[in-house]
Amino acid sequence: MLDGKVVWITGASRGIGRAIALACAAEGARTVLVAREQAHLQDVAEAIRGLHAPEPILLDYDITDLRAVGAAFSQVHKETRRLDALVNNAGIMQDALLGMVSADQIQQTFSVNVFALLYHMQYASRLMARRQAGSIINISSIIGRFGNSGQTVYGASKAAVIGATQSAAKELAPQGIRVNAIAPGFIQTDMVRQLASDKFDERLASVRMGRIGTPEDIAQAAVFLASDRSSYVTGQILGVDGAMVV
Amino acid sequence: MSSLDKLRATFAESLGLPVSEVSDDLTYNTIAQWDSVAHMALIAALEDAFDVLIETEDVIDMSSFAKAKAILTKYGIGFDA
Repeated sequence: MLDGKVVWITGASRGIGRAIALACAAEGARTVLVAREQAHLQDVAEAIRGLHAPEPILLDYDITDLRAVGAAFSQVHKETRRLDALVNNAGIMQDALLGMVSADQIQQTFSVNVFALLYHMQYASRLMARRQAGSIINISSIIGRFGNSGQTVYGASKAAVIGATQSAAKELAPQGIRVNAIAPGFIQTDMVRQLASDKFDERLASVRMGRIGTPEDIAQAAVFLASDRSSYVTGQILGVDGAMVV
Repeated sequence: MSSLDKLRATFAESLGLPVSEVSDDLTYNTIAQWDSVAHMALIAALEDAFDVLIETEDVIDMSSFAKAKAILTKYGIGFDA
């Protein structure tokens, strides 16, 4: 589904980002993988080589630094001369009651979840516009759609992702660039593994399909949105949550 | 073709102007042909012509032909006559 395409994925070393990287590579894409944890990223690269997929490009830069983002896009552009899809996956979640959130936490959450995403959309859309084609996929959250106690800042940042997605979809449609978001529900990641068992059970009970989602569930949605099979789909927020109720 | 001629030609082609009208005082948003949409197309054309990727701050800052020369100089393009 992605033969010949170049797909850029932030936060690609673990969890959902790793699954997206592997799924895109399995479909034939050349992946550009961004993460600070290079050891984990090397593991992802090894797994991709095992799929006999195109050799990935591995990058380590501060995604919240606009200059560093620009330099990364310049480097990759010189090498690939095309960008077909961007998956803005990198994100952080720091749960806290509203009255106990520090200004630094708010700044950090928005820097990673929103500002970095916007910087990447800026550069990616410029490269995609040259070929009048491309797909930007932003990872939001069910919390950004419906909110949750203890997650006001995280929810605000993920709601901002939805606003950015819907506005950019309208602005970039005339240039053939599609912009969509995926809103995962309760997904088996490292963050979830740290949950106390009573909290885990409580959240699982809120999923009508009766099982926790896997990173691969999200990855398959991302592959669809990156591929030409979704060529008339833009401005959508795709919930991948097993009918979770929050 | 010198870098300066290439820059003039790229401006002229992108903005739909005769080369003779491309001078240092040609300024963004003062002619109908150079609006924000045309600006993004111009940036892409300059990047292709000079094989660079222009930083976002420079995209915003490129408010005239003279400014374009100054900015591209930062990217290693020489405009000596």
